[in-house]
Amino acid sequence: MKTENHITASCIIRNNLVYKNGIKVFEESGSALSDFLVSAYRHFDLQYPKFFKMDNLSKLGWLANEILLTGSFDKEKYKPEDTGIVLSNANASLDTDIKYYETAKTIASPAQFVYTLPNIVIGEISIRHKFKGENAFFISEEFDAGFIEQYVSNLINNNILQSCICGWADVLDSAYNATLFLIEKDKSPNSVNFTKENLNKIHQLQNG
Amino acid sequence: MLDLKEQIIAQLNLQDIKPEDIGDDQPLFVEGLGLDSIDALELIVLLQQQYKIKLSNAEDGPKVFKTVRTMAEYITAHQAQNV
Repeated sequence: MKTENHITASCIIRNNLVYKNGIKVFEESGSALSDFLVSAYRHFDLQYPKFFKMDNLSKLGWLANEILLTGSFDKEKYKPEDTGIVLSNANASLDTDIKYYETAKTIASPAQFVYTLPNIVIGEISIRHKFKGENAFFISEEFDAGFIEQYVSNLINNNILQSCICGWADVLDSAYNATLFLIEKDKSPNSVNFTKENLNKIHQLQNG
Repeated sequence: MLDLKEQIIAQLNLQDIKPEDIGDDQPLFVEGLGLDSIDALELIVLLQQQYKIKLSNAEDGPKVFKTVRTMAEYITAHQAQNV
């Protein structure tokens, strides 16, 4: 029997815009990625000094997750092991790998080295919220809604997870794009069914 | 010590902290400024880059990086040796 799960929230960050559940919640045109991410962090009045030490991929994913969960996620419903994170992108941690490679020509930066893996963004989100559920970071050329639906549904339908943050977080130089989804078993007032079609519809909504 | 505080803020990307927020004798790690082990490595890089000082004995780290004052004293002592 196919179990029905639900997309209970979404967050998109791209083109100097932030959308929560399809509604534009922040815009700062003209700024470079790192400045834009710091502006958004301050706009949403987030308090997490470690944010400033993160590389751009972790900043992007961490910020998207904060906006995704705020007002949409009832942490009390779940044990730490119940919530997992499944992310994907096209460029892994290449943006930071290149920057680290440059520092390594003189004195290598330990602070940059620790971000030379894409799944560190999952660690940053997990530390922030004390999530201990299953996690994975996949590399694919494009956002693959079918794969995400299949993989996350398998985790939830087999009771490995009760909720899952999933989606896409990609950075390379000035190009960036994040779409995160919160997937839960229970419906919420504005949720839609967790299907490949709905993932694509939300992802492409503000994709130009 | 103001210069050193500014260098620490820049090296560790402590964007929400101003030099005057860091006390001369405030512990840099754990209960003080809350720095971690990666920050300790970055402070070693700072000594190398800014002052050409290599921390020869890793066991000296906790003593040298205890506070801004202990760092400044270590830098001053090594600069005097190198004159």
